[in-house]
Amino acid sequence: MSSKSKPLLTSSLGKKLIMSLTGLFLCSFLLVHLIGNLQLFKDDEGYAFNNYAYFMTHFTPIKVVSYLLYASIIIHAVYALILTLKNKAARPIGYDKGSGNVNSKWNSRNMGILGTIVLVFLATHMQNFWFQYKFGTTPYVEYHTELATGNREIIASDNIPSNYDGYKTYVNNGVETIQTKDLYKQVAYTFQNPLIVLFYVIAMAALAFHLIHGFQSAFQTLGFNHRRYIGFIKGLGIWVFGVLVPLAFAAMPLYFYFKSL
Amino acid sequence: MNLTLKVWRQKNDKAKGQFVTIQAKDIADDMSFLEMLDIVNDDLTRKGEDPIYFDHDCREGICGMCSLVINGRPHGPMEGTTTCQLHMRSFHDGQTIVIEPWRAAAFPVLKDLAVDRTAFDRIQQAGGYVNVNTGGVPDANVIPIPKRIADEAFESATCIGCGACVAACKNASAMLFVSAKVSQFALLPQGQTERYERAQAMVDQMDAEGFGYCTNTGACEAECPVGIKLTNIARLNREYLGAKIFRQEDVHN
Repeated sequence: MSSKSKPLLTSSLGKKLIMSLTGLFLCSFLLVHLIGNLQLFKDDEGYAFNNYAYFMTHFTPIKVVSYLLYASIIIHAVYALILTLKNKAARPIGYDKGSGNVNSKWNSRNMGILGTIVLVFLATHMQNFWFQYKFGTTPYVEYHTELATGNREIIASDNIPSNYDGYKTYVNNGVETIQTKDLYKQVAYTFQNPLIVLFYVIAMAALAFHLIHGFQSAFQTLGFNHRRYIGFIKGLGIWVFGVLVPLAFAAMPLYFYFKSL
Repeated sequence: MNLTLKVWRQKNDKAKGQFVTIQAKDIADDMSFLEMLDIVNDDLTRKGEDPIYFDHDCREGICGMCSLVINGRPHGPMEGTTTCQLHMRSFHDGQTIVIEPWRAAAFPVLKDLAVDRTAFDRIQQAGGYVNVNTGGVPDANVIPIPKRIADEAFESATCIGCGACVAACKNASAMLFVSAKVSQFALLPQGQTERYERAQAMVDQMDAEGFGYCTNTGACEAECPVGIKLTNIARLNREYLGAKIFRQEDVHN
């Protein structure tokens, strides 16, 4: 046996390791993103959600993690392409007759297609909210909250006033004032479009099938497959990442669409 | 029964192959699939035509020589059998059967339905052995091995190297084969000396042969005639990644 072997990242298993680790990191992001976005369901004219949005885009550690996240998405997609091209080359002549679903599940064989739908969704999603919030135009809102009573007066407009110079919060005479871009309203406006709502729901279905295979596959690639815990990993992949997370995300556009009717 | 066979015919490894339709007449349902092909070949030979070339040897499911993708399934529609253990009672009169060779860049077609599986031999030569003098027969139970571990190593060692895993995999990946060969040594005390070098050497050779990457679809496990489990692949991943990340050392540095 030769004692020299190829470097980890040039080998098939090394590339799979990268897919696995970036995939699991993206799964953990989904949970955080979901929990934060549940504030959209709060009936407070976006008070909690807008403050959360400001915090998430301006708190330095979270900004660092967000760059890691963008890098993970890109690496996951690029490596998926590299692996797929290699896999196609490993069978230059295909079978005349396929075996269909007899020996494997449809979603496990079509991770690339499902992933592509999710990638297109991500680009759309970033353009709808992230880009508009950072560089585009959003509505504007001011919250005046009497701290003693909790009574809140809201001054909202569809355009950002010309004298607005960034998020501001201050307390004056027992009244807390917050001036901010109104991402909550931006979400509500975006999801009045039934086509966008439909696309979001389809993308979440694709995400569900992607994760039902992907989550447990990532653990298999890392070598975690033992009868003591494999049932837990598979259950987590199916019920949390395959059902709960996509359903909760899909509920957001549907909630705003039906609220607007 | 009478059957219509759609068979892949290819003159040699350079030629471009094609499907040829051949009639199989008066086939008994207790014949094995290979015996059916023997009858068809008798017929072709009498007519002065070139018989269908296919791999076979022991015809009792232990050598791993027979192959054939039958109606899209490696070793045919039955589970846990090789092609020689498949009987014609699994088919019905008048059925059309599509017979193809294993399809993989690493398994080039030699002629008709036979492919070159020496890629597996080279992977085996890269590390699928134990490098010690074995000496005479040792006394029983000199090396204590828990029964559960011995059983698991034995399960892995049942791999007959037929290549159905590669044929079934949508990526033509050889992970199930390599993982079984690595596992049988990784589990036992005799395999420990070269444990991590072995995983690295065999994976390197697997990559060099041009097999695809594993996407954990499980098709290999479903089609394996001897029931090699996906847990072997997880073990190979552990062995390899563990070797690379924590244990890799060169002898001369």
